[in-house]
Amino acid sequence: MEVKREKLDAPGAPTDFRSRQLLARDMLRGDLEGEALQRYVEERVMTTTMDKAVAWSRGNSLYPLTFGLACCAIEMMSIVAARMDIARFGFEAFRASPRQADLLILSGRVSIKMAPVIRRIYDQMLEPKWAISMGACCSSMGVFNNYALVPSDKFMPIDVHVPGCPPRPEALAHGILRLRDKIQGHRTEGWRERYDAVGTEEVIGDEAGTVAINVFGEGDTAGA
Amino acid sequence: MRPEPSRSTCSAKETPPVPDATELELTAQELRDANAESVLDTDFHRGRATLIANPEHVLVVLGALRSKGYTFLASLHGCDYYPHEPRLGILYELLDMRRVDRITVKARVHTDTPRIASTVELFPGAEFPEREVYDMFGVVFDGHPDLRRILMPEDYEGFPQRRDFPIGGEPVLFTYNDETSYGKWQ
Repeated sequence: MEVKREKLDAPGAPTDFRSRQLLARDMLRGDLEGEALQRYVEERVMTTTMDKAVAWSRGNSLYPLTFGLACCAIEMMSIVAARMDIARFGFEAFRASPRQADLLILSGRVSIKMAPVIRRIYDQMLEPKWAISMGACCSSMGVFNNYALVPSDKFMPIDVHVPGCPPRPEALAHGILRLRDKIQGHRTEGWRERYDAVGTEEVIGDEAGTVAINVFGEGDTAGA
Repeated sequence: MRPEPSRSTCSAKETPPVPDATELELTAQELRDANAESVLDTDFHRGRATLIANPEHVLVVLGALRSKGYTFLASLHGCDYYPHEPRLGILYELLDMRRVDRITVKARVHTDTPRIASTVELFPGAEFPEREVYDMFGVVFDGHPDLRRILMPEDYEGFPQRRDFPIGGEPVLFTYNDETSYGKWQ
């Protein structure tokens, strides 16, 4: 789906902006009829596929989880501030609950004691969900490569790795925009394809009686 | 109460180390008079006074120092002196708040029998530092009310700050070893 933007006073731009405004006013009043109404509607309808429309809206409204691990979290916080202002792309709503978030930014080093906690948080997030591994520590353990740490690829799927120690806010914003590209366009680059996990999505069952597929039953907390 | 040294200028250079080497020896002798085996040695290095205490009588030493005025346990930490024996050291940094005197008590234990009495009764604030020394060096503090790991996971094996513990670190998954490295997700 393509959004085309034109300057009104640029050469070649529609010059009848005022007449369109009047036309829209007429339509809202209910004054347009027959041929004119037909033409008005046809001018304003855009066709696309459902998948593309959904992917477009998903990619432009990622809600990251409010979750910081270490020094990278400081850089992560600054992407919502005035200089980077990630709200330009629709990612500014940091949610405090994994149930409302669909992006997990691992910002910092992950200790072996923290890894089960993160895995649990990731499992609590609802599909569709994505994860960004930010900084050297949680991708390759960086300068803290010792007995206490574990790289994040070992316990959860990661969609985008952002290198750096720590990455600048621009780098993280670039990583998020790469993730947006992945969500909107190149769907086969997702982690399910890379990890042979196609078909493990949690979906609502269509038969009567089945609540959901690939969802743990009541009382079974092994996966959560 | 001894006369106050001229510390009105608040300059670190002019402040003499307290206790100085003589006073350290006097303190050690005082402790030895009470219990001949309590103090093994003294060390005065770069203005820092250290009593090498017998680990079996460390409570006696600390108790005597506490009643002498060293009422504040500023730090309790461990150290591994590999390859010197006994390998493990437990260091108590004591502070006299009224005279601003600092003294270090060091007790060395073997890795075969890493046991020492807990000082929680004397200094309640030693509870968490002792858990940390147990976590990192494996020193068992007898009489500690709740001796568990404090930083590492409770099912962790080994004591990572010992010198013979491997630095370790998980092998990192890169594209080139994606298939061969163990622990790949799924």
